[in-house]
Amino acid sequence: MTTASDTDFVVFDRVQKSYDGETLVVKDLNLGIGRGEFLTMLGPSGSGKTTCLMMLAGFETATHGDILLAGQPINNIPPHKRGIGMVFQNYALFPHMTVAENLAFPLEVRNIGKSDRDAKVQRALDMVQMGEFGGRRPAQLSGGQQQRIALARALVFEPELVLMDEPLGALDKQLREHMQFEITRLAHELGITTVYVTHDQTEALTMSDRVAVFDDGRIQQLAPPDELYEQPQNSFVAQFIGENNTLMGTVKEINDGVALVELDDGELIDAKPVNVSQPGERTLISIRPERVEINKDRLGENAHTIHAEVLEFIYMGDIYRTRLRVAGNDDFVIKTRNAPDQRRLQPGEKIEIGWQPEDCRALEA
Amino acid sequence: MDLPPYATTGQRIWHYGFKVICGLIFFFLIAPIMVIIPLSFNAENFFTFTPGMLAFESDAYSLKHYRDFFTNPDWQQALSNSVKIAPMATILSVSLGTLAAVGLSQDHVPFRRAIMAILISPMIVPLIISAAGMYFFYSRIGLQGTYMGVVLAHAALGIPFVIITVTATLVGFDRSLTRASASLGADPVKTFFRVQMPLILPGVISGGLFAFITSFDEVVVVLFVGSANQQTLPWQMFTGLREQISPTILAVATILVAISIALLATVEILRRRSERLRGMSPG
Repeated sequence: MTTASDTDFVVFDRVQKSYDGETLVVKDLNLGIGRGEFLTMLGPSGSGKTTCLMMLAGFETATHGDILLAGQPINNIPPHKRGIGMVFQNYALFPHMTVAENLAFPLEVRNIGKSDRDAKVQRALDMVQMGEFGGRRPAQLSGGQQQRIALARALVFEPELVLMDEPLGALDKQLREHMQFEITRLAHELGITTVYVTHDQTEALTMSDRVAVFDDGRIQQLAPPDELYEQPQNSFVAQFIGENNTLMGTVKEINDGVALVELDDGELIDAKPVNVSQPGERTLISIRPERVEINKDRLGENAHTIHAEVLEFIYMGDIYRTRLRVAGNDDFVIKTRNAPDQRRLQPGEKIEIGWQPEDCRALEA
Repeated sequence: MDLPPYATTGQRIWHYGFKVICGLIFFFLIAPIMVIIPLSFNAENFFTFTPGMLAFESDAYSLKHYRDFFTNPDWQQALSNSVKIAPMATILSVSLGTLAAVGLSQDHVPFRRAIMAILISPMIVPLIISAAGMYFFYSRIGLQGTYMGVVLAHAALGIPFVIITVTATLVGFDRSLTRASASLGADPVKTFFRVQMPLILPGVISGGLFAFITSFDEVVVVLFVGSANQQTLPWQMFTGLREQISPTILAVATILVAISIALLATVEILRRRSERLRGMSPG
């Protein structure tokens, strides 16, 4: 599904990993990462994403297959000779060294002279707006500051590839959003290739050039964020990325790229077939909450409408979140913008909702 | 630990009873050691308090036993032997014990528990058995009656202490630090000396201290493995007790107590310093 090209900077070629020799944690991974690309590995815990990162860093060895860096296989190169920068989940700053000593460490082991070293350390600290903090110890810094230092330390020796293992997991929401922006800015400014691991889909969508969605040791979909969100290739991706409404049904027929689906309560709807091909197949219909319209005037002429009953109305400030019963599903959520002309629905109300058939994707059940 | 205002009579009695018990335990532990200190200043050649001492007459006290210790060639020889053997045994114990602890803390090492048990066994097996075993083994390979033999035997006794203290500090050691060090380009040796060692140093130091005191105080093994040339302080004290009961032994004992207190105080200061570092460490 995702084959690597020769020009890719990092290549996973048919990589498998098993810890116990029986179950594969990573199954046949093929992935190419371009030079300067920001690629995120996204997935639930246990999906194999961190194992992939650790194999790239050299802390785990691939059971089978090759990992290539700039065209060279790196399976037999120990971690300290790979020259890959890494930011750890808990920052892993050396507590017995000052911030400046932490940053000087990678330069020192590379035998870079003292004056050159000091200049590089100061430049790296300035880059993350921590220029004043060189003399402090890591323990005297806040979580966000430690995170910046960890980032500066991974960049100070000018690696071409930087790996990040859920680096923002321990920060509060506001700081996290700020750091997301900061990290992407730095990565693009310095032109480094970044492999970022997270289980936070918002983070993946906002930061990445491409996102690889992992589940069950495989890449389920590899795509730019917008494509991933709007055109999920299977039901795992549809449900893992963003909020998603699902309706179960059976394919009746497929004509000209439109599938006619009979929902479980007997209603017939049109949907875009994604990975269903045969009439009679069970299917999971996926519709994004914000693509559902309750105002008939705004619907196009080929829109599909369906009856719904309002179960719950939640005021969330910028949006209204309404839970409906649709075709027997009690968990059908729609989101409407808090606009001046927007109506607040009342529980118990019977309404008619609609959507464009192309926003309604028929995936495998 | 003040009593809360709502304490019942029973709780009050227990509160003071507990303090008395603690005091008694403390007395039981300390008294036999404290009593030798005034006795070592005895002006007579006896192990008893003279009436003069009890009346605090200044001429009943003297430093003559200390003078004897510092001038008598037997004691000086023993002191120099101890001072030679103990540091060497300590250095060996610390290097080997630290390496063993670091190695055994890695998950992938097979039979970790069994290996650990074997390495710790000198601490558990009765000393006389270790000593007899070493005697036969060392005589076969020509180490019996040599400095090297005594040093090796004492190192074997000291290693378990180092392993235990270092293993304990390694429990709190964050593995991602060694990974971080590797990702920054440091090879395993540099990583050990620059990252791991400074952080486990408190464990290494207190293990080393125990190893040093073990060697410095040890009498059974040295009697078996050593010869007259390797007579250490404890050995000399032991013979002193059997042959001529001289209060010089008490003077030596007092000096050893002072050294022990000084060493323990040093370790405590180091431990607090590292705790300060650790307490503030992230994660």
